[in-house]
Amino acid sequence: MKLKWDSEGIKSPLARARGLGSAHEGADHWMKQRITAIANIPLVIWFVFSVVSLRGASHAEFTQWLAQPVNAVLAILFIVSTFSHAVLGARVVVEDYIHNEWFKVFKLIGIKLFFVALGVACVFSILKIAL
Amino acid sequence: MAEFALPQNSKVQKGKTIDAANGATRKKTFKVYRWDPDDDRNPRMDEYTIDLDKCGPMVLDALLHIKNDIDQTLTLRRSCREGICGSCAMNIGSGKGTNTLACTQAIDEFKGDITVRPLPHMPVVKDLVPDLNHVYAQYTSIEPWLKTDSPAPNRERLQSEEDSTVLNGSDGNGPAACILCFCCSTSCPSYWWNADRFLGPAILLQAYRWIADSRDEATGERLDQLEDPFRLYRCHTIMNCTNTCPKGLNPAKAIAEIKKLMAVRR
Repeated sequence: MKLKWDSEGIKSPLARARGLGSAHEGADHWMKQRITAIANIPLVIWFVFSVVSLRGASHAEFTQWLAQPVNAVLAILFIVSTFSHAVLGARVVVEDYIHNEWFKVFKLIGIKLFFVALGVACVFSILKIAL
Repeated sequence: MAEFALPQNSKVQKGKTIDAANGATRKKTFKVYRWDPDDDRNPRMDEYTIDLDKCGPMVLDALLHIKNDIDQTLTLRRSCREGICGSCAMNIGSGKGTNTLACTQAIDEFKGDITVRPLPHMPVVKDLVPDLNHVYAQYTSIEPWLKTDSPAPNRERLQSEEDSTVLNGSDGNGPAACILCFCCSTSCPSYWWNADRFLGPAILLQAYRWIADSRDEATGERLDQLEDPFRLYRCHTIMNCTNTCPKGLNPAKAIAEIKKLMAVRR
């Protein structure tokens, strides 16, 4: 167990344990992760069911299907919910395993930008077909 | 960055083999982790084959027999030898080990050779003795004492039977029964990777013990101190803590209760 602040000179064990103090956040992240997880259950079932039932459909049939308001709304909800869940989850993975502070910050920002960009592209595509 | 292998000077090598069974019929081999800070050697696994008729039934009895009669250089912590002090917590198993108390772990529960290692992922002071300075400091950091602002009463602070059951558990296995052996914290992968900031199951169980105490008046302040992505929320419900607790306690449930309170107070 290599403590991150070892290089900061001599510190008492209590000073190390207290570290930089509590960030007073985390509950929000935890609740959002659970809420999106609950939302993902019906949305993923709907998505898998839709993909299976659209097997062999032509491009025209698919765009027609996606243009229906119910399907377009569900598809947007599916993208927003799963991508939000993925951002929250990926952040935890990075925080768990990456211990170089600069690399960690770089990865955390990168993940957020990547999923936001991908999500906006998906939602835009759905709207373009549906509207 | 990630390290995928142990540093060269940490790789565990084969140590000495001592057969002290003298042809006994009831014998057992103990493979014991050894490391001495005073020499430059790597850690090693020494093998001691002992006569089980010369020691008591528990792993601690065997280790003390080895120390007293075979190899006095073996170093370990022990005190009460009845599962209440938590000193002899170590990783014991036949093949894969489990964190438990050597004094309450019967030798005959294992068929093959018994491997004994110090608690995982802690700095080793010597042999089976881990450095517990950091976990004790984490324990201090949660201020594990009754905090009140009301004037001290003339008699003891009253608590209903129901409220005391929250602490003691209806079966005696509530959070107040924790002996701070740290078997749970050192079995937790989240604690392995982020022990500098994550408090770990043992300390969070203790934190809950004070949060749940009806006599304590600092519940909100305690929750404030815990609400942190690392201190509390590094727990990913892996449940190793509850599986390994030699006292049969449930640190995972205590952590879940703290998370529930965090959600309720929003």
